[in-house]
Amino acid sequence: MKNRVEFTAAVENEMRLLLPSLSVNEGMARAAVAAFCAQLNPTALELADIKCAVSEAVTNCIVHAYRESIGEISIGVKLCEGRLIQIEIQDKGCGIADVKKAREPLFTTDAEGERSGMGFTVMENFCDEMRVQSRLGRGTTVILRKRLHK
Amino acid sequence: MLKRGGTVEFVTRGDTLIVKVFGEIDHHSAAGVRKGIDEKLSRERPEKVYLELSAVEFMDSSGLGLMMGRFALVKQYGGSFAVLDPSEAVLKIMRLAGMERMITVLRTKSKI
Ligand SMILES: Nc1ncnc2c1ncn2[C@@H]1O[C@H](COP(=O)(O)OP(=O)(O)O)[C@@H](O)[C@H]1O
Ligand SMILES: [Mg+2]
Repeated sequence: MKNRVEFTAAVENEMRLLLPSLSVNEGMARAAVAAFCAQLNPTALELADIKCAVSEAVTNCIVHAYRESIGEISIGVKLCEGRLIQIEIQDKGCGIADVKKAREPLFTTDAEGERSGMGFTVMENFCDEMRVQSRLGRGTTVILRKRLHK
Repeated sequence: MLKRGGTVEFVTRGDTLIVKVFGEIDHHSAAGVRKGIDEKLSRERPEKVYLELSAVEFMDSSGLGLMMGRFALVKQYGGSFAVLDPSEAVLKIMRLAGMERMITVLRTKSKI
């Protein structure tokens, strides 16, 4: 079991990013978040984990939330006291009918597109905590939390 | 610096095809990589296919889908498929998905 990260810590720095759901922005989003987090001097491994988790969340907005249409992806990063990072990825797309099911390893609604169904599993394992809030027809918010080593 | 993904190089030795991928594999770059590999595979149907991933410094779960897809394709026509020299990043996500148990992973270079 993973430690639950409690976020009562004060925010020391903050970034917001708005991107249209174009697949070319997947690389852009993870690079921008990694560049912002770099000021905390994370290890290469921590940075790699963050990049991968962000890539998963942003890809889900593009592939699942908006599908053939183009919508807005909002990414918020908070650097908090005690080397805590909180990343919020939000879309106003189709939403998820069953979040519990969606979080299961290998579950995908898009096997034809060669999705692996491992996106949420990656986010959960590469971060300390993952929260998913979703409403059908309204959109989805994924909150990732990671505490960097001292 | 943003490194572009989706670059593929092919080396053919007899009935063996080595597919070397460079850069980052995500959902965006996977489409091009997939197209390049599948064209080659359907044309040549090599008996042995090695996916060389030592130069892939980033891969997310879209890469797992890409891998599984090529593995299935090669198996379907009776060929063999293996991943060659995966970088640490690739290995980490393959392990998380339990893919090392399904797909043969070979190392020609010394283990890091
Ligand atoms: N932002 C989102 N909007 C709508 N549906 C989503 C979103 N993120 C994930 N999903 C749903 O959850 C499932 C599992 O997601 P994930 O674990 O990333 O696997 P994959 O993307 O490979 O399908 C997806 O197949 C999709 O049905
Ligand atoms: Mg996904």
